Amino acid sequence: MLGTTVTRGKEKAAQGRTWKIRVEKRLEAPAWWNAVVPMISITLALLFGAIFLKMTGYSPIKVYTIMFKDTFGTRYGITETLVKASPLLLSAVGVSIAFRMQLWNIGAEGQIYVGALAASWVALTFTDLPAYIMIPAMMIAAAFAGGLWAFLGSAPRAIWGVNEIITTLMLNYIAIFCVEYFVYGPWRDPLSFLFPLSPVFPKSAWLPCFGNTRIHLGLVFGIVAALAVGLLLSRTKWGYEIRVIGENPDAARYSGMSISRNIILVMLLSGAISGIAGMCEVSGIIHRLQAQVSAGYGYTAIIVAWLAKLHPIGIIIVSFLFGGLLVAGYSVQIYGIPADIATMLQGSLLFFVLGVEALARYRIRIIRSSPEPAHHATPGVARKIT
Amino acid sequence: MKFRRWTVLVCVITMLSMFVIGISGISAASDKMKVGFIYSSPVGDMGWAYEHNRGRLHLVEKLPYVETVYVENVPESSDAERVLTQLAEAGCKVIFACSFGYMDFVHAVATRYPDVIFMHNTGFKTAENVGIYFGRIYQARYLTGMIAGEMTESDLIGYVAAMPIPEVVRGINAFALGVRSVNPKAKVKVVWTNTWYDPAREKDAAKSLIEAGCDIIAQHQNSPAAQQAAGEAGVYGIGYNTDMRQFAPDAVLTNPVWNWGPFYVDCVEAVRNGTWKSPYDYWGGVEDAVVDVGPYGPMVPEDIKELVIKKKSEIAQGEFRVFEGPIKDNKGVERVAPGQVMTDQELLSFDWFVEGVEGTLN
Repeated sequence: MLGTTVTRGKEKAAQGRTWKIRVEKRLEAPAWWNAVVPMISITLALLFGAIFLKMTGYSPIKVYTIMFKDTFGTRYGITETLVKASPLLLSAVGVSIAFRMQLWNIGAEGQIYVGALAASWVALTFTDLPAYIMIPAMMIAAAFAGGLWAFLGSAPRAIWGVNEIITTLMLNYIAIFCVEYFVYGPWRDPLSFLFPLSPVFPKSAWLPCFGNTRIHLGLVFGIVAALAVGLLLSRTKWGYEIRVIGENPDAARYSGMSISRNIILVMLLSGAISGIAGMCEVSGIIHRLQAQVSAGYGYTAIIVAWLAKLHPIGIIIVSFLFGGLLVAGYSVQIYGIPADIATMLQGSLLFFVLGVEALARYRIRIIRSSPEPAHHATPGVARKIT
Repeated sequence: MKFRRWTVLVCVITMLSMFVIGISGISAASDKMKVGFIYSSPVGDMGWAYEHNRGRLHLVEKLPYVETVYVENVPESSDAERVLTQLAEAGCKVIFACSFGYMDFVHAVATRYPDVIFMHNTGFKTAENVGIYFGRIYQARYLTGMIAGEMTESDLIGYVAAMPIPEVVRGINAFALGVRSVNPKAKVKVVWTNTWYDPAREKDAAKSLIEAGCDIIAQHQNSPAAQQAAGEAGVYGIGYNTDMRQFAPDAVLTNPVWNWGPFYVDCVEAVRNGTWKSPYDYWGGVEDAVVDVGPYGPMVPEDIKELVIKKKSEIAQGEFRVFEGPIKDNKGVERVAPGQVMTDQELLSFDWFVEGVEGTLN
């Protein structure tokens, strides 16, 4: 579509002048544009949702009120939104660093699972450790496992150029099967009537929570990770290399940067962060290992990272908003609104955010011109697509 | 320029309206008794959640003072605790948590809301305000097994099973005992999907069993996908949870079905009358009609139906018990001596297959 120009002439008889609307690609978006575009998208999505709700017989005002109140409008709502945002934030930061290098790590879900598995191993094996050793040890184990899992996905890419989308995606299923093996097999709690649950972790392996909420340290880890990755990318030599490789691998290669080495390193870091997300879910929320660790956080994180345009501060904000959107999906049901409507709203939000984002790369110019050439420019005839 | 001013205006209006909406809040005053339900799959799964939801509708119909709310498709993870809390906050007096995986979350929320009764389906842990409830679906499975045993020609029956936990193992064993009570040569072949609800996986598992030579497909899954696979392959099937004939009219012989409605009515009335007492542990069978054998397909001969109806009344009268010895495991070791009956405790921790089951339990 590059270089597309659509020119339409419309005669205004009274004034004898024509208006031309020209659509052209923006070279560079102005700063205010980046802030306005998401707001337009959200507005459009809400309007679209409102029409849909009205058509299906629900009051849009009521539905939006409930969604807002149960997510950002009450103390409990905000805390639960933060709980939901924590794993999203960590794994979105994890995938974003790989995406910066145009490395498509779709394996965050699997990295969450192996992270949870490794952390559970520490918690269930060394039950007597005090919390100040237990928690760091679980984190290290989770980061190591997540990193290893990402390494398995990225090494074939670095060595043979195997598509990492496939390898990382497939490793997700293997990770989930590994967790299933342990909860159905060796780690099954003898007191749980053979249900697929590990024993509950000792208290020292529970991530501390804030007050009486379920917000755990994982949120702090997420914010720290976002800021650290932001600094890494913008302020360090390695971050510069990552960005250059992402923008232009050939230029990077000519300037002597090792692409294979960076693929491995970036994926190790990416996987380690997602691994810690998995540890936070089992240690902060579930307090035991079970077959379902993540409610698809590893996949949602990809959406979060893209909506935030891979910007670390953006990821913090979008995780929070998306956490709210996911929470709202359940809470509207309590008021008799089917879950499908919430899912539809989530979908339309994505559609409009990405759609407006794409359109915003073009600008519309309205050109007034003299009547003479306009007589020849009738709609359809003057359309030129190159 | 105009464009920019317009967008800014729209944004400001939106944000203002969001704010106004946010502070105005909503109020729902009602003197009805609120009862909450939480399901792990969509109520449209045409299986497990569908039947619980039918029970909910029955409750609403029978008890005019009851008002219900439900939340579907809630994962058995951090979401469950929040949804349970929100249901309690919304004023529910009784909350039915209709999946095993909600157990820890139910107990965590129950300690914070001592005035709310939590009913955990298929669980094993009770508390001051947490009851458990389930049905002896294995009785219905034994009966459907008799039909499968009579109808099979290859003497190999496939069983698409969700998870190797006692509930499922018990069902497979009862089914196999039913099959072999009428056809001692027949075998039951088990494939695990490790999921309650994933129609694609359920269907694939059924296909693999059909390819392995099974001519009847039984299932312990939430969706009718396995029955559809049977219908497409032209073999018979035995559904589960609800009447699945509509999804594969030529395949489905019958179904072990749930009928939660009457139980929900009794339980909610007990809470209202103050007769609900801890420990509350309900495990009803065919005598309560909470479990039953569903409508029969036209291909099931009358004499087989009569056989099943007779056996059903024997079970209901307590004259026949499904897990009465002698019972051997699938390695040939005698596990239950002649005349001995397995206790409920043993049934709740079933971890071996009876003779005639082909499959592994890790």
